[in-house]
Amino acid sequence: MSDPGWVKFTTSGSTAIWSCGGAWTIEHATRLDGDLTIPAEAISKTAILDLSAIDQLDTSGAWLISRHGKTLHGKGFAVETREGDPDLAALLKRVVETEDVLPVQPPQRNLSDKIAEVGAAAEGILTESRDLVAFFGALVMALSRLALTPWKLRWNAIFSHLEQTGLNALPIVGMINLLVGVVLAFQGADQLARFGAQTFTINMLGISVLREMAVLLTAIVVAGRSGSAFTAQIGTMQVNEEVDALRTIGLNPMDVLVVPRVLALMIALPLLTFFADMMGLLGGGLMCIALLDISFGQYLSLLNQAITVDHFWVGLVKAPFFAALIALIGCFEGLRVSGSAESVGRLTTRSVVEGIFMVIIVDALFSILFSYLGI
Amino acid sequence: MAVKSDLVISLKGIVNRFGQQVLHDGLDLDVKRGEVIGIVGGSGTGKSVLMRTIIGLNRQAAGTITVLGQRMDQLSDADRTRIEARWGVLFQNGALFSSLTVAENVQAPMREHTDLQPRLMDELAALKIRLSGLPADAGAKYPSQLSGGMKKRAGLARALALDPDILFLDEPTAGLDPIGAAEFDQLIRNLQRSLGLTVVMITHDLDSLVAICDRIGILIDRRIRVGTLADHLKDEHPWIKEYFHGPRARAAGIGV
Repeated sequence: MSDPGWVKFTTSGSTAIWSCGGAWTIEHATRLDGDLTIPAEAISKTAILDLSAIDQLDTSGAWLISRHGKTLHGKGFAVETREGDPDLAALLKRVVETEDVLPVQPPQRNLSDKIAEVGAAAEGILTESRDLVAFFGALVMALSRLALTPWKLRWNAIFSHLEQTGLNALPIVGMINLLVGVVLAFQGADQLARFGAQTFTINMLGISVLREMAVLLTAIVVAGRSGSAFTAQIGTMQVNEEVDALRTIGLNPMDVLVVPRVLALMIALPLLTFFADMMGLLGGGLMCIALLDISFGQYLSLLNQAITVDHFWVGLVKAPFFAALIALIGCFEGLRVSGSAESVGRLTTRSVVEGIFMVIIVDALFSILFSYLGI
Repeated sequence: MAVKSDLVISLKGIVNRFGQQVLHDGLDLDVKRGEVIGIVGGSGTGKSVLMRTIIGLNRQAAGTITVLGQRMDQLSDADRTRIEARWGVLFQNGALFSSLTVAENVQAPMREHTDLQPRLMDELAALKIRLSGLPADAGAKYPSQLSGGMKKRAGLARALALDPDILFLDEPTAGLDPIGAAEFDQLIRNLQRSLGLTVVMITHDLDSLVAICDRIGILIDRRIRVGTLADHLKDEHPWIKEYFHGPRARAAGIGV
């Protein structure tokens, strides 16, 4: 193993000499970088770089020597380089002759750039909204075209997505709604007991589960599970140029990729919501039986008095709208993927966030609508 | 550490199998310091698997691998990391980290293995980028903004980041146009000479084989036959004959 690199500065008559030796490699580069200075004694304008004692050189070392030589040259020195080994000289020559070595400067951002970024972001939101509306229009066109020729629908794809987004989501949707039913009943009974109104726990439970909780929680789970999957699947296809391949063989990505997913989710989400209703009422019921000291039969009859079938429909009717939104956003973001795998990840996150956000906005609009209608 | 042995890589009795399929069975290979060795073979003969085995991404079923005088299976994790810092790998499509710029890609191994100052690291990254034949402004670009050939050059710059002793190249000229491929061959040859590299290169490109390889290893019958081009031209094995005397070989000016 060779010695660590070193550099010594001496003067001989009017000549400044830098003698270098040892291993000029990347491990020693930081130290050597600091040691290669131009001392005040170097007043004369002739310099010698004596490299004969260097026994190991890599590009980092060669870079330091080359840079030092160029700095001296720039200060008006006449520089002479004395290499020992011919291999070493060849490497040094190669590095010295490499031109245009410009380290990347991080771009400077001033206030006007930041303001411009805000503007660009706002414009981005507007164009994206416009594109989403246009995409919705294209989807409606495709759906109405396929409604006239239903045998052209891709039934295999629809059933496969039904299985993935519906059947496979049953455990998680059931579990979450059961637990939320338990929590609602427990909290409700606890608070209402202060007014001696425990029996109203069942009214509160039935109405909140059927009207809001079941459908909203299910839509959020599905947005996280299936909306993200849609974006990732279509996005990966986009990266592999599979979507372009579809177009070149005369298949419309809208018909092949988007319509089956949208239809499957519009079927799956109402079914999942019904399942969620049942699980929510079951979980809440178990808690009511335990806390209110009633039998299962009494629970069912109290529930029957507390709610009407309208409450059930109010919840369920929202499911297909939420499903269409989630699937639309998932597919739209998937088709916006371009280039790298990184954009798949970014747009998948975006699709989930936008999906959940839109579901909640539309849920609020439905609440306003129902209160006008007096349901 | 710097053992000046003539054998940089030495494989003894390597066996690789996937399920029932045996890819390598008792394969021996010696790579000498400072040579460029090309590895060829039909599809499915395990060229990439061989390379992945040497660099430790695939564990062999039997056999020993000695790199720079160290038995790879007997090393501690720290020693292994030290050996890994002495080779650079160019994957087939560059395998650049897509969330980093080209300059940051080149700096990634430096950040991990050295304690360089940011300024010096920037300069060295710019130097490697230029040495790999990319324009200076490529450093600020992201991999998705580069063409296929530029990605390979950027991958090469990253492979050279720590001044490795050994450079592994997986199909470096695949997907490049003939002019770009010839330039890339020249670039590798130049860098190999001036940096004193040992190069192990998987290739299908007959022109590259002729232009830059000192020796050629042919994966055949689960072993490797190593020799110079002249040795292989005399070989009577039907696949080797076909390979070096086929129409494409004639077009590359060999086997005439």
